Amino acid sequence: MSQYVLRRLMIAIPSLLGISLVLFVVLALAPGDPFSELATNPNVPPEVQAALRARFGLDDPIYLRYLHWLNAMLHGDWGFSFVSRMNVDTLILQRLPATLYVIGSAQILALLIAIPVGVYAATKPYSLFDQIANTLAFVGFSLPTFFTGILFILIFSVTLDWLPFVYTTDIKATGIHYVLEMVRQAIMPVAVLGLFQAASMTRFVRSAMLDVIRLDYVTTARAKGLGQAKVIVKHVMRNAMIPVVTLIALQMPAVFGGAIVTEQIFRIPGIGSLLITSILSNDTPVVMAVTFVFACLVVLFNLIADVLYGWLDPRISLR
Amino acid sequence: MLDKELRSMIGDVKDGRMDRRAFIRRLAAVGLTAPMANQILAIGGVAMAQSPSPYPPTKRGGGGPLKLLWWQGPTLLNPHFATGTKDQDGSRLFYEPLASWDVDGHLNPILAAEIPSIKNGGLSADAKTVIWKLKPGVKWHDGKPLTADDLVFNWEYASDPATAAVSSGPYSDLTVEKIDDLSVRITFKNPTPFWANAFVGAYGCIIPKHLFAEYKGAKSREAPNNLKPVGTGPYKFVEFKPGDLVRGEINPDYHMANRPFFDSVEMKGGGDAVSAARAVIQTGEYDFAWNMQVEDEVLLRLEKGGKGKTLYAVGGDIEFIAINFTDPNTEVDGERSSLKTKHPSLSDPAVRQALALLVDRDSIKKAIYGRAGRATANYLNGPDDFVSKNTKWEFSVDKAIALLEKAGWKAGADGIREKDGKKLKFVYQTSINGPRQKTQAIVKQACQKAGIDVELKSVVASVFFSSDVANPDTYSKFYADIEMFQIPMTQPDPALHMRRYHSRNVATKENKWQGQNFPRWINKEFDAAIDAADIEIDPVKRAALYIKCNDLMWQDTVVIPVMHRLAVEAASNTLRPALSGWANQTDNLQDWYREG
Repeated sequence: MSQYVLRRLMIAIPSLLGISLVLFVVLALAPGDPFSELATNPNVPPEVQAALRARFGLDDPIYLRYLHWLNAMLHGDWGFSFVSRMNVDTLILQRLPATLYVIGSAQILALLIAIPVGVYAATKPYSLFDQIANTLAFVGFSLPTFFTGILFILIFSVTLDWLPFVYTTDIKATGIHYVLEMVRQAIMPVAVLGLFQAASMTRFVRSAMLDVIRLDYVTTARAKGLGQAKVIVKHVMRNAMIPVVTLIALQMPAVFGGAIVTEQIFRIPGIGSLLITSILSNDTPVVMAVTFVFACLVVLFNLIADVLYGWLDPRISLR
Repeated sequence: MLDKELRSMIGDVKDGRMDRRAFIRRLAAVGLTAPMANQILAIGGVAMAQSPSPYPPTKRGGGGPLKLLWWQGPTLLNPHFATGTKDQDGSRLFYEPLASWDVDGHLNPILAAEIPSIKNGGLSADAKTVIWKLKPGVKWHDGKPLTADDLVFNWEYASDPATAAVSSGPYSDLTVEKIDDLSVRITFKNPTPFWANAFVGAYGCIIPKHLFAEYKGAKSREAPNNLKPVGTGPYKFVEFKPGDLVRGEINPDYHMANRPFFDSVEMKGGGDAVSAARAVIQTGEYDFAWNMQVEDEVLLRLEKGGKGKTLYAVGGDIEFIAINFTDPNTEVDGERSSLKTKHPSLSDPAVRQALALLVDRDSIKKAIYGRAGRATANYLNGPDDFVSKNTKWEFSVDKAIALLEKAGWKAGADGIREKDGKKLKFVYQTSINGPRQKTQAIVKQACQKAGIDVELKSVVASVFFSSDVANPDTYSKFYADIEMFQIPMTQPDPALHMRRYHSRNVATKENKWQGQNFPRWINKEFDAAIDAADIEIDPVKRAALYIKCNDLMWQDTVVIPVMHRLAVEAASNTLRPALSGWANQTDNLQDWYREG
C-alpha cells in the first residue's frame, strides 16, 4: 500500500512538470502586460511602462523565464505579483480562508442534499418523490450560477432586504454576533453554489444506486431477512459510492480553487476572484501559482480517491 | 486684448478694487478657466485662495464608519508604485501630498503651510523655482515629525530609475533641495509655467524617509511598509488585503482642525460596477462607490426611490477617434504605419473631414453616455471654460457625401467609394468596453450611408494599452486606419495633454513605439506653438497658444473628439463627499462628512 502511494507520487512528478511547462508557455504567449493602465496617463512617461516590463523580466525569452520560475519554485520561492508587488504565497494564503469557508460549505450542503435525496429516489424509482427530485435537479443544473446569484440578490437583498450581498472579511462584532454575521453573509453564495452542485450530484447518486440495487446480492440480502435500511446503507450504498467518491474527490480541488463567477458576484475575496483579476491584468506569477497549486491538488485527490476505492471495495487491490 | 487690461486687473485685485471672483468671471468670459485664472493671480502676485469649503462639523470623529466600494480594489499601497487610480485612491487614505486640486481646480493646501505665489516669495518670476513651506507640527502616524528631508527623499526615491517608481514623471527635470527643516526649493531645468505637479495630487503623496530610506532603488519592493503605510493622513492604517479590503481608523492627531469626520474608513474591492451602484444607490449597504461605468439608463432606474444618487465631476477626460496619417498596410523596414508612408485615403483632408461629419455625437450621448458625457468638437475640454470657441461639430451624412463627391471619391459597383483604385475601407479599432463597441456601431452605420466601409475591431484593454513591443494590436503601433479610446487629464493644465502630438513624439519602431504621437501627425505650426507654450511664462499668451493647438488639431482633423467624459460616482443621500474632476476621488477625503 505505502509502496503504491510512493510509486504514484513519483509518477506525478513528470506530469506536474509537464503541466507547469504548458501553463507557463500559454501564459507567456498571451499578449498584454499588467501596466496597461499607465498607458494613457499623461503624467507617466511611456519609458516608465517599458522600464517596468524590462525590470520584471517580461522581455526575456520564454525558456529563460520558465527556468527562472522553476528554479525559484524548487527553492520554495513563489515569486511576487507584478500588480501588488507582494509575495504570491502571502497573497494566496490571504485568500484561502474565504474560499475554504464558502466553497467548502457549499460542497457540504451539496452532499447533504444529494446523497439522501439520490438514495431515496433510487429506492423508489419513478415514484412521485423521484419525479419531483428529478425535475428539480434538471432545473438546478440548467440554471447557471451567474443567473441564480443575481436572482437571489434581487429577491433577498434588494426586494426583501434580508441578506447583505457584499461579502465582508472584517465584520465588526465578536463572539456569537460574529458567527451569526458570517453565516448570514454566506447564505446566498453557499446556497447558489451548493444547490447547483447538489442538482448534478443527485442525478449521479441516483443512477449509481440504481445500478447496484438491481444486483442479485441485494436480493439475497433481502431474502436473508435484513431490514430495508440495513440493505440500502450497508450493502447497496457502499458499493454505489465508488463512482460518487471519484466525483467528490475530483471536486475537492475546486474547494481550494474557488468559484470564479460566484466569488465575483458576491465579492468574496477568494482564490477564484484572485485568479480572474490576475488573469485580466496579466499578472503571470499569481496565475501561474494558483493554476499550478490547482494541478497539484487534482493529482493528489486522484490518488486519495484511488486509495479510498480499496477501502470501499476490498476486491480492488492496490499494487 | 489681454495683456494690458489683464495686468491692470491683477493690480485691481491686489489693491482690493476688484474682488477675486469678479476677476475669475472676467477671465472666464474670454475663455480662461478658473484654475488658469488663479494661476495667473498667483504669478501676478496674489496668493491663490482656497475655495471656501463648507465643512460644518465642529469636532473630530463621531461620524461612524465610512464605507467605500471600489469595484476594482487597490492592489498596493505605495503611492509611488500606484499603477491605476484604484491604487492611488487606496494610498491616499493614509498618505498626503503638499496640496490637492479642489472642485474648482484650485490648489488646496494639505501639508503645505501656504500655496506658493510670487507675493509670498514662493514663486520666482522666471518660473524656474518654487519654494514650498511645510505646515509646522505635522507628525507621521508613528509620531515622528514631518520635515523637509522627507520631501527631498521622495524626489530622490521617485526619480531613481532602479526604484521602478511609476511617479517618476512629475519628478524628472528638476532638483529638490532643503532650505531649512520646514521648507524646500524646487529648481526646474527649464522655465515651467505649470509648477504644481511634483508633490501635488495623486503622484505627489509623500512617504516617510525614516521607513523607506533603506529601500530606495533596487530594494524598493522589499520595504515592509509598502503594505503597511505610515503616513500623515486623516486615517491610520489598520489592515490591507490586496484587491479586497483596505481599512483605516481615525488619526486622533490629524493636522487639520475638526477633521476627519468619520471614525473609521473601509474600502472594499471586487465585483462589477453595476452591483456596486446597486449597493450604494439601491440598498445603501455602502456609502460611496467609485467610477460608475454603467449605462445612464440603469443608473436612472436605480435612483428612483433609492437611498443614494449619482454625482458628476467635470474634468478634462476626452473620448476621441484618432486618425492614422500613415499607411498601416504597407511595411517599410519591418514597420507598418511607418512615417515614410502616407495613408492612401486618409491623407486626403476631405476624407478626414467627412469622417468627422459622420460621428453622431448626439445619438452617442443619448444612447450611451447620458449624463456622463458632453458632446464636443474640442480635444482640449478643460479646465472648465478653457475651451476653444472657434470649433463646431456637426453630424450630416449629406454634407459628408457632398464633400467626398467633390474630392473625387465616387461610389463603385459595390456602393463603396473609390478614387484611383483606392477604396474607402477602414479598420476601426478600440479596446473592449461596452460603450466603445456601441459607439463603433453608431459610427459604422453612418459611414455605410456615406459609402464608406468600416470594419470594426476590438482588442482586450490589457493588450491594447500594453507596451509589448512584440504585439501588433497596441494603440501606439496603430496598425489600423482609425482608433478610439479615452485620454484622461490628470491635472488642470494642458501642457502634458497637448505635448504628445509634437512631431518629435511620433511613435516609431526606432523608439519602440513609445512615442505618444500615435496618429503620426506632423505639423510645423503645432510644434512651434507647443514649444513656445512650454516656456511661455505669461499665462495669457500661454493659454492662447494651447487654444491655437486645439484649433490646429481640429482644422487638420487629427482626432475626432467624441465625448467629453465626466467622472461618475455614486453616493448615499446623506454623504457629502468633496469631489473634483481634477483629482482622484479620495484626494480631499479629509473634507468628507455626513449630514442628517
